Amino acid sequence: MIWLTALRAILHREALRFIGQKGRLVAALVRPLVWLFIFAAGFRAALGLSITPPYATYVTYDTYIVPGLLGMICLFNGMQSSLSLVYDREMGSMRLLLTAPLPRWWLLFAKLLAGTLVSLLQCLAFYATALLWGVNLPATGILLALPALLLTGLMLGALGLLLSSLVRQLENFAGVMNFVIFPMFFLSSALYPLWKMAEASPHLARACALNPFTQSVELIRFALYGQLNLPALGWTGLALAIFAAGAVWGYDPARGQMKAKA
Amino acid sequence: MTLSVHSLSFRYGAKQALDQVSFDLSPGFTALLGPNGAGKSTLFGLLTRLFTAPQGQITVAGHDLARSPRAALASMGVVFQQPTLDLDLTVRRNLLYFAALHGLSGRTAETRTAEALARLGMAERAAEPVRNLNGGHRRRMEIARALIHRPAVLLLDEPTVGLDAAARQSIVAHVHDLAADGLTVLWATHLTDEVRATDHLLILHQGRLLADARAESIAPPASLQQAFLALTAAPVHAAPGASSSPRASPQPTQAPT
Repeated sequence: MIWLTALRAILHREALRFIGQKGRLVAALVRPLVWLFIFAAGFRAALGLSITPPYATYVTYDTYIVPGLLGMICLFNGMQSSLSLVYDREMGSMRLLLTAPLPRWWLLFAKLLAGTLVSLLQCLAFYATALLWGVNLPATGILLALPALLLTGLMLGALGLLLSSLVRQLENFAGVMNFVIFPMFFLSSALYPLWKMAEASPHLARACALNPFTQSVELIRFALYGQLNLPALGWTGLALAIFAAGAVWGYDPARGQMKAKA
Repeated sequence: MTLSVHSLSFRYGAKQALDQVSFDLSPGFTALLGPNGAGKSTLFGLLTRLFTAPQGQITVAGHDLARSPRAALASMGVVFQQPTLDLDLTVRRNLLYFAALHGLSGRTAETRTAEALARLGMAERAAEPVRNLNGGHRRRMEIARALIHRPAVLLLDEPTVGLDAAARQSIVAHVHDLAADGLTVLWATHLTDEVRATDHLLILHQGRLLADARAESIAPPASLQQAFLALTAAPVHAAPGASSSPRASPQPTQAPT
């Protein structure tokens, strides 16, 4: 019972914080919308996309990058909510959380789930805006994609938690941008299909295919059209399992790096 | 004994942060006095199970922290040095959040929160965001919050940092009152004026316990500051009796009076 009481409280707190900080939703939406409105508009002319699954017809570039931008929301949010733990401002509340009389893995899971649900809200708002803007997308696709977005959010949040437990040198968000977010985002199928990347460099295309972010973007892309991409689901699930196990290890009081934050 | 620490050692790589620290606390006020870098924060990290030590034992209200961490943590209230309140959430919501982390919900949580607010004389400010409170009120609130689940032991890590003199004095008095009512309090500080003559005093320096006695038996109240400075000025191996018996009390005559 105490497990659920605590979980509910952690989710509630995150929701209240999200609602309370009105600027946060706007800020979270600006990034993907800039990509959609400006970047995609510019590339629309430059990049032709042939018909590949899950698309049944030729799609324009803005339609193509929406799943990648949904992934980007989860990526930024996952890193931001987890890595904020590294900074002093949030470290206190993390310590408070870890003194709750519950298994640590449960507390970490609750924190992860709370951050992911915020990502989902942002994804819904972004998708609605894209539809209103006139991007050709299946209107109810986002609902079909919610499980895929949940899995993606958990996977990326778990990666963030793992990093927050291991990395002491990431003094600011810029370091995370350079070493985690940019490589993950650009080495993926978010902005260009893998076959296009393979034309440029087969090695890079292989690296892209190994990137769990690619797999989760493809999972979202197929889910938006009501299709299940089983390999993508498997790889995303596997990445979640590895990152989550790593995070639990990193926060283990006997082995982890928490002593650096005493 | 409500809080026992036995042979606790901890090292960061080559640096020995705590060396065979042992003490027993009964209900009442215990001050843990040590200069910066003495090992107080490491000790608090271990007591709150932020991390664990390969050697030594910690028992809270009869529960071994290593073997039954949840029971031990449930018997413990903690006030951290860093602020841990959500500034944008209301006073009441902050208290309810903590209550829920300890499994209190519904009417019990509401009642305990209301009691805590009444004790603080802040019932009418329950709906205000914490951001509106001054530093002293925030700290008092964190203390009240740490007691919502009715723990046997209250740990405070330099709780007066950043407060003005009046707020500091009032919080020191408040926590002494709590201890007088039967709570076991461990109060870490580097300020000797927060220690009263009748308090149990632990002096920690370079990871070793140099003193474990009633404050007035270590030094007369007026000269505690000098005694503390004298004790912690020397490298720890030069301190009398420290290496052979970490619980040995220094001779009061050593302190310049």
